[in-house]
Amino acid sequence: MTALVNPGLATELNRFDEFNADACMNCGVCSAICPMGVDVEVRKLFRYVLLGMEEQVRAQTENVFSCLLCKMCEENCPAGVHIAENVRTLRHHIVLTTFGLGEG
Amino acid sequence: MPLPTGEVIGILGDNLRLRNSVLPLPTKVATKWTEGLGLPHGGRTVLYTGLMYQLIPYIEGLVKAQIKMGDSWMGKYTGLGRKVNRYVNVSAFMARPSAEERARYDQVPINVVHLLRKAGVQFGALYEDDLYSGALAYDLGLDEIVVEHAKKVHAVFKKRGVKTVITIDPHTTTMLRSVYPKILKGYDIEVKSYLEVLAEKGFGSNGHSPRQLSGDVVIHDSCVFARYEGVVDEPRELLAAAGVTIRDPEYTGRQTWCCGGPVESLYPIKAAANAANRVAQLRAAAPDCVTMCPMCFVNLSTAAGDTMRFKDISQYLREAYAS
Ligand code: SF4
Ligand code: SF4
Repeated sequence: MTALVNPGLATELNRFDEFNADACMNCGVCSAICPMGVDVEVRKLFRYVLLGMEEQVRAQTENVFSCLLCKMCEENCPAGVHIAENVRTLRHHIVLTTFGLGEG
Repeated sequence: MPLPTGEVIGILGDNLRLRNSVLPLPTKVATKWTEGLGLPHGGRTVLYTGLMYQLIPYIEGLVKAQIKMGDSWMGKYTGLGRKVNRYVNVSAFMARPSAEERARYDQVPINVVHLLRKAGVQFGALYEDDLYSGALAYDLGLDEIVVEHAKKVHAVFKKRGVKTVITIDPHTTTMLRSVYPKILKGYDIEVKSYLEVLAEKGFGSNGHSPRQLSGDVVIHDSCVFARYEGVVDEPRELLAAAGVTIRDPEYTGRQTWCCGGPVESLYPIKAAANAANRVAQLRAAAPDCVTMCPMCFVNLSTAAGDTMRFKDISQYLREAYAS
């Protein structure tokens, strides 16, 4: 299996200085408290982004769009990760790159 | 078969771009609530619905149709649907709520008009220029389309001389107050929800409610009001001063549990499962529940069936303060 890596992915996503997946320390609070349970696993998504694993991010499309953006995780995150905005930014990326939407 | 996420998002985005709303509504339906209220057109301060309450009976109809048809039906036909939808408003054929259903949701902005008048607030309305805020499209990551739409909304405010907007639901509130300033240059509109306005006017302290209510009510905080906009105390103060005994469920205030509504357009079955969990938490606290977002209302009341009763907060407040 060939791994296609985009090392600049996290920087590309940080257009407005809000995307801060790198603040995540993988403690698991978000996973434990998420009402959508195992469906979402945002910390795994953030890890893929930081490692530049773009294919894996796209393979998680249903999970990315299953997040409620409810911020229950963010309210309890000890590291101040902008979880909901990070997920929304990943959606925007998928909307442009996978679905070819955006400009209409 | 999973829902064709990209196609559904495409239809919602096309609708916002071409028809100014993720689910376009006839103007007559969108402005029906204003009839007989004598609200001035525009002005410095306006009450803004963002069409949220008017849209709910249509969303309800679509979601029921989607669940009934099953994911596989959507998988087969949504691709065709998007092409056709560019020319014909497909969603208008899929959901046709009755006049009674529409009137039930129109009651909320009407209640708010009476409450604000009671509080001595001077305000107008934008009628056919009261546009959808773009909330769902923004959540789905359709940023470019939302920016173009937000410019149209801002242009309306400028044309009508609007400086302050009073909102009703949490989604319109956060779009107009927290998102637009980030995505639009020169946007300086003051935005407050009517709950904040009433609390500021002192309705949350005793002595303003001519008709005291009674009974226990479990409160369901909206995630967007509580965690995005910090609106937690105002609804409690207003309800308590109205005589209602508030019961907090497990997960409440800033730790509230989402109703599931935000994923309803893409994954209605997951949304329903989440709503069922929340209903169990609420029911354990009291059989009557107060909501402050139309999406919470429709999701939770659908999940609860006849095991609980739900009422929008404006209904309680109008009964106590402005009946
Ligand atoms: S709670 Fe915050 S720091 Fe912990 S894993 Fe989740 S995002 Fe990372
Ligand atoms: S925003 Fe809500 S649904 Fe999304 S990961 Fe956080 S807790 Fe889960």
